[in-house]
Amino acid sequence: MSIIETRNLNLYYGQHHALLDINVDIEENSITAFIGPSGCGKSTFLRTLNRMNDMIPNVKITGTVKVAGEDIYQSGVDVEILRKRVGMVFQQPNPFPKSIYDNITFGPKLHGVTNRHELDEIVEKSLKAAALWDEVKDVLKKPAYGLSGGQQQRLCIARALAVNPQILLMDEPTSALDPISTAKIEELLDELKETYTIVIVTHNMQQAARISDKTAFFLNGELVEYDATPVIFQNPSDKRTEDYITGRFG
Amino acid sequence: MTKLRKIKDVFFKWLFFAATAFGMLSLVVLVVDILYQGLPRLSWEFITNFPSFNPDKAGIKAAILGSVWVIGLTAPMALFLGVATALYLEEYAKKNWFTRLIQTNISNLAGVPSIIYGILGLALFVRAMKLGPSILAGAFTMALLVLPIVVVAAQEAIRAVPQTLRHGAYALGASKWQTIRGIVLPSAAPGILTGMILSLSRAIGETAPLVVVGAFVFVRFAPTDPLDKFTVLPIQIYSWVSQPKAAFHELAASGIIVLLIVLLLMNATAVLLRNKYQKRF
Repeated sequence: MSIIETRNLNLYYGQHHALLDINVDIEENSITAFIGPSGCGKSTFLRTLNRMNDMIPNVKITGTVKVAGEDIYQSGVDVEILRKRVGMVFQQPNPFPKSIYDNITFGPKLHGVTNRHELDEIVEKSLKAAALWDEVKDVLKKPAYGLSGGQQQRLCIARALAVNPQILLMDEPTSALDPISTAKIEELLDELKETYTIVIVTHNMQQAARISDKTAFFLNGELVEYDATPVIFQNPSDKRTEDYITGRFG
Repeated sequence: MTKLRKIKDVFFKWLFFAATAFGMLSLVVLVVDILYQGLPRLSWEFITNFPSFNPDKAGIKAAILGSVWVIGLTAPMALFLGVATALYLEEYAKKNWFTRLIQTNISNLAGVPSIIYGILGLALFVRAMKLGPSILAGAFTMALLVLPIVVVAAQEAIRAVPQTLRHGAYALGASKWQTIRGIVLPSAAPGILTGMILSLSRAIGETAPLVVVGAFVFVRFAPTDPLDKFTVLPIQIYSWVSQPKAAFHELAASGIIVLLIVLLLMNATAVLLRNKYQKRF
């Protein structure tokens, strides 16, 4: 069964029609990659899935987005609970100006976890899941800004995992990182999909080909093609997809 | 041609140096003169005595306590109102013509002469609210006076918190208030605190508004209640300066030294705070 389903999803920034009739089904415990040139709407679409677009003024959305069967744009939906279930990692690592430990516990504390022992466990579990534990276990009380860019991004992943989400949205999570850190995170994603459903926006087509199960190609706010990753990269049915993945534009 | 250019270069360098030196020199002359006049009378008795008609027994205890009381009451009021206003304008209010109007007015209020605030305080707090020439009336007036400065400083500090940090908190399911409480305020705190201390060091040197409010009295007791009458350091200094006897002028100089030390300490605290937390993002 699909954990995310969108039907006739349209999004407008004021007069600008940014997403046109998007219909996507995303399966549980898979990695789905969104690719496309800058401004194609892939990040905008990603942000509709945890309602991060709510913060931008003059955004209008029509159609439905269902997460685990629930229409998230219905009135009465608790956005804070939704975002707890649908976590997000951003393009630039954005650790809070706090210690590594406090970065991880910030989320659980928001949702009412206060027991010290329980928090310690969450910190260890999340950092292990993000493959960062061994590097930071002795410096948990040190500021997160002392970490390298790649470590900071894994900290942000650990922070997102700490609230126990079902889905992890990632908006170009490696575009600010060096190749070694990128490889580490890609490896990590492969492990994480056992437990979580991952949706990743990427500029890097090789990355999409390497890690994802399904790939969606966006162009000018339209979903051009959505299929199993090998099909998109080896045998696309749309001419525009082929032109993009062979580097004729973009 | 080249020669002329070189001469111009040197000329302007020395012109600008002279301009800087003029300001520095005047300051040095002022400070040396004050120290020369004031140091002989600066003693522990000067700090712990009440004012007296006998210059040898006069001290600034009442003025110091008055200043402490006024600033002590002004600070929490200005901090709460200032930060709350800044949070509303930066985090909650929609950016429309109305908030722009408020914004422009706050910036303008920061430039209003302080005596105008004194007159407002006299009408509103002393008379209408019947607080009389009390510490509380003075503190309310001072809070109004520094409020625009605190608001602007707090707004700048809040604006300097990167948007990505707010998004990080929202993405974890934080509510608006949780984001402000947990991320925005702690990150903006050093900036807010710096602005707060600088505005309070302005308040501690203000004379005019408190003269209008009625602080200009000969106080021979330690204030124990916000509704007590009071005087403050700059007013005490002013009152000594306006005495005919030379001995009182020396007392004024001693008072100025005390005031300068207090101001330097406050500004130093602000600078230290700023340096300590500067590179956080």
